[in-house]
Amino acid sequence: MNQLNVPLSRRGFMGAAGAVGGALALAACGGKSTPPGAGAGPTASGAGTAYNGPNVTLAFWNGWTGADGDYAKQMVSQFNSETKNVKVNMNVFQWADFFQKMPAAVTSGNGPDIAVMHIDAIPTQAAQRVIVPIDAVANSLKLNQGDYAEAVWQGGIYKDQRYGIPIDVHCLGLFYNKDVFEKAGLDPEKPPTNKDEYMAALEAMKSKGIQGSWVSPFQFTGGLMYQSLLWQFGGELFNEDVSKATWDSEGGIAALTFMTDLVKNGYSPKNVGQDADYVALKNGRNALNWQGIWQVNEVTKLTTTKIGLAELPKIGEKGGVWGNSHQFVLPRTQGSDENKVNAAAYFVNWFTQNSADWAKSGKVPAVESLAESSEFTSIEGLQPFAKEVPDVHFPPAVAGISDAMTAMYDAVNAAVLGKSDPASALRSAANKASQILAQNKKKYG
Amino acid sequence: MTSTTEATAVERPPARSTGRRRRRSGWATPYLFLAPYGVLFIGFILAPAIYGIWISLHDYNYLLPNQPWAGLNNYFDLFKSGSRDGADFWRSIRATAIFTVFSVPLLVVIPLAIAMLLNRKFPGRTFFRAVFFTPYVLGVAVVGVLFRFLLDPTIGMLNFYLEKLGFAGDYPWTTQVPWAWVGLVGMTVWWTLGFNAIIYLAGLQDISPELYEAAEVDGATAWDKFRNVTLPGLRPVLLFVLTLTLLASANMFGQSYLITKGAPENSTRTAIYYISQVGLQQYRQGVAAAMSYILALMLILISLLNFRLFREKEES
Repeated sequence: MNQLNVPLSRRGFMGAAGAVGGALALAACGGKSTPPGAGAGPTASGAGTAYNGPNVTLAFWNGWTGADGDYAKQMVSQFNSETKNVKVNMNVFQWADFFQKMPAAVTSGNGPDIAVMHIDAIPTQAAQRVIVPIDAVANSLKLNQGDYAEAVWQGGIYKDQRYGIPIDVHCLGLFYNKDVFEKAGLDPEKPPTNKDEYMAALEAMKSKGIQGSWVSPFQFTGGLMYQSLLWQFGGELFNEDVSKATWDSEGGIAALTFMTDLVKNGYSPKNVGQDADYVALKNGRNALNWQGIWQVNEVTKLTTTKIGLAELPKIGEKGGVWGNSHQFVLPRTQGSDENKVNAAAYFVNWFTQNSADWAKSGKVPAVESLAESSEFTSIEGLQPFAKEVPDVHFPPAVAGISDAMTAMYDAVNAAVLGKSDPASALRSAANKASQILAQNKKKYG
Repeated sequence: MTSTTEATAVERPPARSTGRRRRRSGWATPYLFLAPYGVLFIGFILAPAIYGIWISLHDYNYLLPNQPWAGLNNYFDLFKSGSRDGADFWRSIRATAIFTVFSVPLLVVIPLAIAMLLNRKFPGRTFFRAVFFTPYVLGVAVVGVLFRFLLDPTIGMLNFYLEKLGFAGDYPWTTQVPWAWVGLVGMTVWWTLGFNAIIYLAGLQDISPELYEAAEVDGATAWDKFRNVTLPGLRPVLLFVLTLTLLASANMFGQSYLITKGAPENSTRTAIYYISQVGLQQYRQGVAAAMSYILALMLILISLLNFRLFREKEES
């Protein structure tokens, strides 16, 4: 990390460039150095509950660019003022850039000491040895499977080793505009909970000229809505050993058909743009939006209109909610400094213990006892999401899974935009994804 | 005058006497002048380019311990039907071509017209020059977010005003073709025309006013003057603008990425967009490098053709 902070002196730069080997040195960045300690991972001896070693500075990277970043910054500065011998420097990147920058930084030895990742990115980065196994750290923190929802706990494991320490669960919920409900003669305290109520509400709004459930053709949030519906209709994204995409099953087709029917029957406008479903919810043109928990802080602050928050309605037979989880990971560093690992373990422990504070940024704590604590239950708006956690599904822990998921998002895009019917869009996307899965298996093993 | 001749005369003999030595020491001079550029060129362009070819011959992922040799398979696969990337890649090349074909003529012609207007003397000229150039200084992220909401089919301002004017008002500017192309080309023209206009403006000011005066004396109309004085005078500038705009348009990425996300069905996903997805998000640098080389080859050919066309015109 230090190398990143110290600006290369001009003379140093000219020296490096002058030796034409600079070019070769650049080329060598992509070299095949076998990472030290790959496989074993660092060991934390400090039990994670305290850090008594010499002063260390930890570089902490994450992708919290929104309001969540402000909460994280507050927590980090609180940590820094409470812990004299550990200083955490936080760097924030766009998530989209994060997974390009961090692997590159880690490979060149300039990676952070500690980072946050989504649960579905962990296997890929673990396979690529961007992050290291942290069973020892998890043990020293006395993390216990019983403290977490099953899916959150399992998602941090890749090939029988733990790589991620769960911080939170963030999932989809039903955001609805109470003012629009009133306008349509509906009870604003009774959001729809099943298909019949959902359709009845839409019908009531349609009679008042309101298109009540805008369907986005994009990953946010159409693609997430599709996955939730897929599970509700009894479908699965992939087969058991994740060798084939199965979203073109009956359940999958029913799920996407439900969405395209909303468009076809006039409950949603055609051609909804990126985020337009959410913007329209806030300005009263849309009423029911399957939206991410990360928007809760924004809608509860609105003064122009009242947005209600509820669990996703059960359109299918089962509960099913798309979700993801932030997890702490330890990036591979060139020489593993035991003090840094211990300090990192202490920071992780401190942060997760305080994750009821973190929840205020619009997340459900991953630790179940915290999710049930009065500290968390007193936070406005998040309770429906916490109740959904048993129904939350995560993508399977397979390296390169997002490559295959992209095909599914493309299918949703094509069908919702009326370019292709749900069944054939899903089928060709599933074929493509199965091909990708086979190639990934060869690549990542 | 005399003193100068004397001075040179005096200086000459010693110059002659050391001529040999000076020539020998001068041997390295041009190379020394070239060295800084050469080092940067070799280090940052040539070497990475050659290394890129090496990458394209492997099943490359710089994060994995092994980079299996793939030979020319990365290239062949792009031409094979049913391969993972073939259809998507050519579709993205097609998107790039469509964008280039529609944006380049506009970006060559409109800025020229604007430059000619701004070259006249009128009050507030500097202000208008600034107005046309200002969008260019904005980053693509800013312009992208701005236009995403201006063009949005359901909540966008453009459709809102079109409806007020009595049009349908539900044109899918960001989600369906060909409307998406109109949106993307339109915003790009608005955003970047200032740069070309400034280049033209500089070129116009290089044309000698005497030529216009002479043409006027001969009774030339405004059109005659444009055809016979302005255009020939601008030829090198035109070539520069055309080549630069072609390459810039062929490298379009941010606009699609931010505004359409490639919708519908990835038909507005450009080549660079797709290459970045494959190389940076899917960590398949080998395939991405192979695609880049095919794209680069196509651009080199087009640029050569471009130069050839202009040269022939000059010769005739």
